[in-house]
Amino acid sequence: MKQYFKNTWEGLWTVFVGMKITFKHLFVPSVTIQYPDVKVPLPERVRNRLYVNMDDCIGCDQCARACPVECIEIETVKSMPEEDLGKTSNGKKKALWVTKFNIDIAKCCYCQLCVFPCPTECIYMTDVYEFSEFKREDLLYKFSTLSGEETLQKKENFEKFQAEKEAQKAAEIKAKAEAAAKAKAESESKPNSDETKQSEPPKQENS
Amino acid sequence: MYNFLTELTGNEIIAAFISAMLPVVFIVPFVIFGVLAERKVSAHIQDRLGPMRVGYHGVLQTVADFFKLIQKEDIIAEGADRKFFNLAPYLVFVGSYAVYAALPFTSTYIGSETDIGLFYIIAVSGFAVAGILMGGWASNNKYSLYGALRSAAQIVSYEIPTALVILSMVMLTGTLSLATMSEMQTAYFWNWNIFGGAEWAFTKLLLIPFMFIAFIILYISTLAEVNRLPFDMPEAESELVAGYSTEYSGMKFAMFFLAEYGNMFAVSALVSVIFFGGYQSPFGYLGNSLGLQWLIPYEQLFWFALKGILFVLVQMWLRWTLPRVRVDQLMTICWKYLIPYSFANLIIIGLITLL
Ligand code: SF4
Ligand code: SF4
Repeated sequence: MKQYFKNTWEGLWTVFVGMKITFKHLFVPSVTIQYPDVKVPLPERVRNRLYVNMDDCIGCDQCARACPVECIEIETVKSMPEEDLGKTSNGKKKALWVTKFNIDIAKCCYCQLCVFPCPTECIYMTDVYEFSEFKREDLLYKFSTLSGEETLQKKENFEKFQAEKEAQKAAEIKAKAEAAAKAKAESESKPNSDETKQSEPPKQENS
Repeated sequence: MYNFLTELTGNEIIAAFISAMLPVVFIVPFVIFGVLAERKVSAHIQDRLGPMRVGYHGVLQTVADFFKLIQKEDIIAEGADRKFFNLAPYLVFVGSYAVYAALPFTSTYIGSETDIGLFYIIAVSGFAVAGILMGGWASNNKYSLYGALRSAAQIVSYEIPTALVILSMVMLTGTLSLATMSEMQTAYFWNWNIFGGAEWAFTKLLLIPFMFIAFIILYISTLAEVNRLPFDMPEAESELVAGYSTEYSGMKFAMFFLAEYGNMFAVSALVSVIFFGGYQSPFGYLGNSLGLQWLIPYEQLFWFALKGILFVLVQMWLRWTLPRVRVDQLMTICWKYLIPYSFANLIIIGLITLL
């Protein structure tokens, strides 16, 4: 019987104690952060969306090779000798047109492994973390500053240049071959000792 | 009010209709306020902010939710018993709305000036059980059925302490009519039943502790009757998805909501009428001292709404304080504690009134 009244009293009393606690909490300032309006300051070394400063990129492909999930895709074209691409901010001379620099952020695991090998420190993590998209294709970020036409042009230029070079080379080879043939013909017409005959073919090969 | 309307429209049926619709004008804004208050109170108790984006500090959130609910598709499960499934939410709402007929909002407005108001309220509050059981059974869903059965068991058992406490109050005041009961507690707050009623005698002092016990018992058991936490077994979200309203969507779900909040206010108003003077002001009327008789009903409406809302807020406060009880604990509280206490209370109050 005593226990019964004690139970009743305890039940009632603890309810009032609980109510006192919750009432106090009514006036405790809330801990809510109104997210889109107020943002939590990010720590210093956060890893979020990548950014590539194309002005500094020399197209060395090191970042793409470091990436464990292969989400960076780089294509480069050599520049013409007469073209000046400028220098990077830390004084490296640029020699390649970066015609394609795509990062598929959807695949990226934010490991930051691509950031360290970059010789010019032009690929880095920003503090942007709100970049959701409706379509997965929209998460493919294209950083190359060249337009499609320019890319084609550069490629053409390079091919032309290459072709010219080839042609030049071919011409040179031809000329040499002709010269060699001439020389041979001359040497055959003038019979020589056996030693000279044997020593000549390697020379031709070398040229 | 009814007589006034009859004179105004010259037709008894129209007058009755308008008079019957008046509580809706009260319930709908109250529900809109109540849902927002619930969310805000719960948020601040948990050191959060609650809805903040619709209107200033989220005051229009419930209005937005209401429009969202209207637009929603009305889904009826294939295995459901369509007829009863559609009927149930309205039945539940009718159950909670019927209570308002006997509540005296002011001294001039009461839905039905019946002499057996309290008796009627106890009778129709069981009506909601039928609706809930119907909805739970017709949904053809095990969670709905569990919820409905729990609700039935709970409401039926908690009717007993409610009825016993009301009986003791009826013994004290000698009336079953809520209007008369509130009239008896007029003038100042020490005339309220919780302070022993209007009669000045030494019995008044004797009554006060037992009145408090009666009040606590009535408050707890009405809390259980409207399925509020800590007695929300029928819709225990963590166990039963959403209890009897699991399968409902759109406006029918809103109907259950309306009924729940309507019920909350109804029982709070009932408690305030029985113990706290209903529409009576705690310290005289402004209208009396200013000589403006027409002001009094508005003041009364204000006090009635204020007291009701205060008790609703206490319900919310309790909800965010206490964890949900288990089914066996629920029954223990009712049968082993509330009923013996209310019986003892009934006898003691009876003896004191005999003195
Ligand atoms: S952060 Fe990691 S996964 Fe993302 S691009 Fe760099 S190396 Fe690849
Ligand atoms: S490592 Fe740096 S410089 Fe090299 S391709 Fe990547 S971003 Fe460009």
